[in-house]
Amino acid sequence: MDQTVTAPEALADLPDPFEGKYPIRVRGVRNVFGTHVIHDGLDLDVRRGEILGVVGGSGTGKSVLMRTIIGLQIPDAGEVDVLGSSITDARDDDDIDIRSRWGVLFQGGALFSTLTVAENVEVPLREFYPEISDELRHEIARYKVLLSGLPAEATSKYPAELSGGMKKRAGLARALALDPELLFLDEPTAGLDPIGAAAFDQLILKLQQTLDLTVFLITHDLDTLYEICDRVAVIADRKVIAVGTIPELLALDHPWIQEYFNGPRGRAAQDAQARHDAVRATLSDDGRSSPDPDGA
Amino acid sequence: MRELTDFQIEAPAQGEGATLAFRGPMTVSSLGLTDQRLRSISDSISEIDLTGVTRMDTVGAWTVWRLSRDNDAKITGCSEEAQKLVDAIRKADSNDHSVTAHRLPLLERVPAHVGMVMAGLGHGALQVLGFLGQVILSVGTLVRHPSRFRMKALVHQMELVGVNALAIIGLMSFLVGIVIAQQGAVQLRQFGAEIYTVNLVGRLTLRELGVLMTAIMVAGRSGSAFAAQLGTMKLTEEVDAMRTIGVSPMEALVVPRILATMIMMPLLGFYSAFLGIIGGAFLSSVSLGIPFFTFLARIQEVVPLHDVWVGLTKAPVFGLIVAVAGCYQGINVRNNAEEVGTRTTAAVVMAIFMVIVLDAFFAVFFTNIGWG
Repeated sequence: MDQTVTAPEALADLPDPFEGKYPIRVRGVRNVFGTHVIHDGLDLDVRRGEILGVVGGSGTGKSVLMRTIIGLQIPDAGEVDVLGSSITDARDDDDIDIRSRWGVLFQGGALFSTLTVAENVEVPLREFYPEISDELRHEIARYKVLLSGLPAEATSKYPAELSGGMKKRAGLARALALDPELLFLDEPTAGLDPIGAAAFDQLILKLQQTLDLTVFLITHDLDTLYEICDRVAVIADRKVIAVGTIPELLALDHPWIQEYFNGPRGRAAQDAQARHDAVRATLSDDGRSSPDPDGA
Repeated sequence: MRELTDFQIEAPAQGEGATLAFRGPMTVSSLGLTDQRLRSISDSISEIDLTGVTRMDTVGAWTVWRLSRDNDAKITGCSEEAQKLVDAIRKADSNDHSVTAHRLPLLERVPAHVGMVMAGLGHGALQVLGFLGQVILSVGTLVRHPSRFRMKALVHQMELVGVNALAIIGLMSFLVGIVIAQQGAVQLRQFGAEIYTVNLVGRLTLRELGVLMTAIMVAGRSGSAFAAQLGTMKLTEEVDAMRTIGVSPMEALVVPRILATMIMMPLLGFYSAFLGIIGGAFLSSVSLGIPFFTFLARIQEVVPLHDVWVGLTKAPVFGLIVAVAGCYQGINVRNNAEEVGTRTTAAVVMAIFMVIVLDAFFAVFFTNIGWG
């Protein structure tokens, strides 16, 4: 695709199978830190409307891949296209438009520590849509915080006054501030207790369904993979070695994948999932309707 | 140009409110300007028609829900996706029962703020005294358990505070010595007393300026560094980690810094006075016709020895003030990155202010005990 289209309206009208089907396309990416090769010839396609889980051992470059896709890390070789625009080529004006169409949740939340939660959510709104009145902007910030499952009192709190789980929710509220099409999550459930992690999984799933998001999710949490991911991409040997549903991956004969999903923790998560499915099947016949995270 | 949300108010049928019909996209990028027009609608609305809406995101859903909630209006012509969004917003909004706190009027806010600041100052002074007490207790503990004393940290801090400051303090003092000699000579020449330039340079640098300027430089170089280092360690929970391991942050971080500054200040102060005199001698030999070594020999004759003691007595006290201000502000950083900045500024301001106040006190004190 030679011509980069910028206006969202224009994109909606253009019949573009490339952009329509794969919001993220990564081709032949190579990242090198010093003499250490992180990625070499890495390819990945993310489909529209899916939750793609990305797994891999520590140090295999999951976060580096995310940083490459969102343009924070410039790869030594290869191409990255997001929503039809090349991240690796276009450096200035196009990028800004793309950035209003994705939201990113960093591992620690990365909230601005000198701003309240509401002000954090308002930052992207101010940046991209200065014409929005203060009143509407405050209202938007408030309902985004509520949608992320935080109480309204949290809007006036500073990040230092929040617990780890609340920080993640506040970070999610900021990531969703502009109603993005793409959501990047870096280990969203790391550091949360099992109940909090399950509630966060359900929150992501609910938001993904309601807001029609495409989610790129880095995780170590096997429960998250089983519970909400449509497909899983496995990074090993400096490449994405396989992408598919978990049963598809289990059928592959790669030692790391086998150990990952069939190790003691993998087994436990599989069993939990099997029990969960059985309970769900007996309780209702309504396939993917999920328990309400607000209740949890 | 992006497409904006458009709307139309249809005339009410009898006995009912108006119908508000939206057209075009209702998204975050299209609603900004339309929203201001929407808020100025005064008619009561009984129906919101979404048939003409092409796209909707949560901002559009919020706008629809807000209008429908405030006017008790029903929503019609809603697509399935839009309905999903409006439902999600309604659910989130109705979970909230909080009231927002309102700001006090200006007349109450200003005196309240002034009062808070004054109370804060008084409280702060007490806290600094408390901190100084803690430092003294820690030193007491270290005297009883000398094996716990951190020699390595002390030497490292002495290098940072003292040795690394030699170049800048030397240059500054040399230049100040030149300025004093030059300006002094201009004034003294009017009385034909140019030779007294030696007294001026010698007594001023040894007694007052050497130590005072060194203290100000150390406050700017090291006091700020202490505040920023300890503040950052506080934010990253390193200080808490030390406590849980059983290492006292007072002993490991604060005492070495304070001792290092107290030890290095007299040395730096003397060095500063020395280079100030060299600067004065240099200027005198170049432009006043007093030979370099004659100038130095005269110094010995005209400067009483107690001037050196006055300077050297003040130096460790100034060092203590600078280091305590830096460490106190650093250890009290809380919450966020901005505070590291404000605390660092506060450390330098507090240190320089206290040094100058105490210097005035010392000037009176030493004159009164006969070291004039």
